[in-house]
Amino acid sequence: MTTHTSTHASTIADEIAEKTFQDVSLCYQCGKCSAGCPVRYYMDVAPNKIVRFIQLGFYEEALKSSTPWLCAGCQTCSTRCPQEFDLAKFMDAVRELALEKGVKVKEQDILKFHKAFLHQIENFGRAYEVGLVAEYKLKTMHLFDDVDSAPGMIMKGKLKLLPHVIKGRKAVKDIFIKTAEKKQTKK
Amino acid sequence: MENNLKAGYFPGCSQTGTAREYDLSLRSVAEKLGTELTDVDDWNCCGATSAHVTNHTLANALAMRNIVQAEKQGLTEMVAPCAACYNRLIVSQHETQIHPELKKEIEAILDSKIENPVQVMNIVELFTKIGADKVKQAVVKDLKELNAACYYGCLLLRPSDITHFDDAEQPTSMEELIKLTGAKPVEWNFKVECCGAAHSIARKDIVVDLSKKILDDAVAHGANVMVVACPMCHTNLDMRQKAIKKEYPEHKEIPVLYLTELIGLALGMDEKELGINLHTVKFELKKETA
Ligand code: SF4
Ligand code: SF4
Repeated sequence: MTTHTSTHASTIADEIAEKTFQDVSLCYQCGKCSAGCPVRYYMDVAPNKIVRFIQLGFYEEALKSSTPWLCAGCQTCSTRCPQEFDLAKFMDAVRELALEKGVKVKEQDILKFHKAFLHQIENFGRAYEVGLVAEYKLKTMHLFDDVDSAPGMIMKGKLKLLPHVIKGRKAVKDIFIKTAEKKQTKK
Repeated sequence: MENNLKAGYFPGCSQTGTAREYDLSLRSVAEKLGTELTDVDDWNCCGATSAHVTNHTLANALAMRNIVQAEKQGLTEMVAPCAACYNRLIVSQHETQIHPELKKEIEAILDSKIENPVQVMNIVELFTKIGADKVKQAVVKDLKELNAACYYGCLLLRPSDITHFDDAEQPTSMEELIKLTGAKPVEWNFKVECCGAAHSIARKDIVVDLSKKILDDAVAHGANVMVVACPMCHTNLDMRQKAIKKEYPEHKEIPVLYLTELIGLALGMDEKELGINLHTVKFELKKETA
């Protein structure tokens, strides 16, 4: 038997409840969510099992799984759950906690994509697609993926070579600073 | 025209870039239907998938800054044509309405009160608001050659207790709308299946698989065009057909239109005006042979 990962044992389920305003004990493990999950095939653990891990206190197993990262947030599970447990929202919280606890994320490309995306918003207030793709490619070294579509997109005026910077850029930057500070004080 | 609708407009980032035809077609169609759209002042990115999958406070604050901007402008309703933006805005608005502690936290971050009088609409709701009669009266071209698979995807409908929009499993509102143009909606099975959404770049393989299943089902049920209401769905279903074709050379291509483009065609605008020429899979109505 796997032992409980005791360091955060009393807190992770609570932290999830706090972030999602719902209790994991709602889930009675019928498996309906996993049966209809469009990306189940790519995940290392079925979505309902992640809930089970948290219920039983196997936090490390849940946080290090690829499942929350591959979850596309489609909410098919949340829509169909007989217990009205919002599993999509639960997955958001598991990912967030994996980052907060410094767990090594298996799906590095997905994480790097999200980070690159957020950097654009932090800097300009809006998503800047050229900056996003450039940063993502450099961080992942997938330098030549999709290069065939880029020139066409520029010609069509779909990719702008310069970002649009909003007037409230500082306000948006402040949002990033304040929400990051909150995490610091919690640690 | 009497009783013209006035509404706020939250374009969202994609509409200024990869989905600029969605913006173009919406603005032209709205104008034709006498609807006045006012852009939300200095709007910011709603945070999209990347914010809510990594930091829920950040996600709520980014979304709510836009609601507050709209409020300050005196807007009482606004349309967010991108299903993903619509979802982020309406969910954050709902969460701050029902969780006072969250509302307080977000107000402190934004340094602004949240009153929440702004009603967020998706694109289908905008047309409902404009009115079926008005749309029907404005139709000048019968689109009977189109057998359309209406694709809702995930974020237009879910969570249904927050969106209060159509049936979460068997929606029909887009079908009702396109019938006004003479287009024939097909019955098919993948209306609400996920296309892989934000995994388009980092896990293109997943998006290729999921999108192919959706497109194949539409074709198998006799569709000659797909209709969507989301730039992310459009990217995955239209642009990714190149990658699908590479992996499955036998793949049968099908054009993908934004709902606004289809309506625009029925209102007499041409493909170029609506930006349909910017798509990956080419689409043109049959030229009338006089
Ligand atoms: S559908 Fe709901 S109750 Fe059933 S296993 Fe999934 S989360 Fe638990
Ligand atoms: S929200 Fe995530 S876990 Fe739920 S069905 Fe969709 S992809 Fe699967």
